[in-house]
This record gives sequence, C-alpha cells and structure tokens, in this order.
Amino acid sequence: MRKLWSIILFLLILSPLGIILPYIFNSKDAWGEWGPEDLKELIGYIPEGLEKLSSLSKPIFPDYNLKIWEDGSLLQQSLGYIITGLIGVGIVVLIVYLLGKVAIKNE
Amino acid sequence: MHIPDGYLGPQTYGSMFVVMMPFWIRAYNYIKKTLKNRHIPLLALGAAFSFVIMMFNIPIPGGTTGHAVGGVLLAILLGPWTASLIISIVLIIQALVFGDGGITAIAANCFNIAVVMPFTGYYFYKIIKGNYPLSSKRSLISAGISAYLGLNMAAFFTAIMLGIQPYISRSQNGTPLYCPYPLTVTIPAMMLEHLLLFGWIEAIITVLALYYLIKTNMIKEWENA
Repeated sequence: MRKLWSIILFLLILSPLGIILPYIFNSKDAWGEWGPEDLKELIGYIPEGLEKLSSLSKPIFPDYNLKIWEDGSLLQQSLGYIITGLIGVGIVVLIVYLLGKVAIKNE
Repeated sequence: MHIPDGYLGPQTYGSMFVVMMPFWIRAYNYIKKTLKNRHIPLLALGAAFSFVIMMFNIPIPGGTTGHAVGGVLLAILLGPWTASLIISIVLIIQALVFGDGGITAIAANCFNIAVVMPFTGYYFYKIIKGNYPLSSKRSLISAGISAYLGLNMAAFFTAIMLGIQPYISRSQNGTPLYCPYPLTVTIPAMMLEHLLLFGWIEAIITVLALYYLIKTNMIKEWENA
C-alpha cells in the first residue's frame, strides 16, 4: 500500500507535465470548456445564459493555480500545480476516509 | 469532459441532479452494506489516483487537450457502485475547489464520468473477460478495451448534453442561451478526439496500472473489494 501511495506522490510531482506539454504544443482548453472570453473569440458573442452562470463560481484554486502565481512563469505555475494538486488529493482522501467512517461500522 | 458552468441550461443541469440522487443514495448504501473497514484505504487510494491522473492534460498539437479518468480501472477493482461514489467525490471537489467543471454541472458531470463511464466499462469488461481470472492476460486486454469504450461513452453523453442546448434554450433574438453548438458539431468534435486519442490513453493507463498490481502481487488486496 505504501508503495502505491508513493506512486501517487510521484505522479503528483510529474503532474506539471499536464500544463507544460499543452504549452509546448500550443494546445488550448479541452473542447467545450472554454471561458466566456475564449468562446467569444470562437463564435463572436457570449451566450446570455452562459455569461450569467459562468460568473457564479469563485474557486479557491482556479485551474489548479495558486492565486499569487496565476499569471506567473511556467515554473511558478508548475509549482502551484503540484501544491494545489497535493491539497486536492488531501481533501479527496480525507472525505473518503470520513465517509468510510460514517458509512462502514462493521469489523 | 468536465462541463463548466453556463454550458447547460437549468432544465438540463436541474434534471441531472434529480437523476443522480438515486445513484448517489444507492452507491452509498452499497458501500455501507458491502464494504469493510479494511477497504477504506483502497477507496482513498482509488480517489487519489483518479484525481491525479485527471491532472495530466494530454495536448492535441495546436488543438484542444483531454485527459484520462481511471474510471474503468476503479470499476474493475472496486466494483461500479463504489467507483461511482468515489469518482463523484473527486468531481465535486474539482468543481468546488478548482473550478474544474461547473458547480451547476456537478450532477451532469457525475452522470457522464462517474456513472456512464464506470458502468459501461465494468459490464464490457465482465462480458469480454468471461470466466478468466482477474490476473489473466485476457483480463488485461478486456480492461483496455472496456476503458476505451467507457471513456468514449462518457464523451458521447457529454456531447449530447452540450449539443441539445441550442435546440431547447434560445434568447428572444434567437441566439443560443447556453452551449452554442448543436449536436451536429458537439458529437463529431467530442468523439473524434476521444476515439482517436484520449480513449487510447485511458486504455493504456488502465492496462498498465492493472498489470502493475498483478505483477507486484498487490492485486490480492483488491480482489475481494
């Protein structure tokens, strides 16, 4: 089990490849996941309903960025990616454990 | 494949919350009845794996990006109901904390990525694998094929949800209110990239992970999960 957790950690350290490779190959967002401004460039306008709904959410780490480094260098963004990824894994693991504790009472 | 806020109208994202409720309840009751305390670390590990693997955006040069999910791998290892619940947790955290997928679209994304994908993949895996054991070569091949099919099925449902928007919601001057692209655009765009690239990535990661668990004999810990 410990070995598998070290693989997760290893993958986290490699995870900035997930922003570096798209940067090198000049690839944009996933299809259908454009922000309102990028969509405007594609079709010439921002659909009304989309504009309203898209401003609803204010995530703490938008796109796995630390706010201080959001427009930083690729290196800063990569570090931010690892740090926020680590936090994300931590939250997810914590919730699964809590849920497990609440739901599973046997043994 | 994480639909952001604004691409689905309230009829669609609202209905998806109604659709997802029984799935979430059933999945919760499933782990409550079936799993033991010793399974919890496996669930946590599965959730962590899915979260991390989704961070690896694979670029199409000059085009879009996409990523694997690990959804079929989890369904094979933990069963589709458990996989469904933990992928839902991952998707909810991605939406709330990272803005990866919309908050209004949480149920829609959970339906595509945490229900369609693991269940499609799981049943294809069962059918193709037949009576061969989890650690057989046949099982590895079945896992690869079903991972490919599972991700593509999820992409297909995503394309449908996006593509029906222009037909069901338009403003007074006739422009689409939400996703502006119709089915004739969303289906080819989503399916081409998933059939040609991202499905293969999902298949390779699924086979590699399963092969590693078999080779290191760690598969035993998962076999009764």
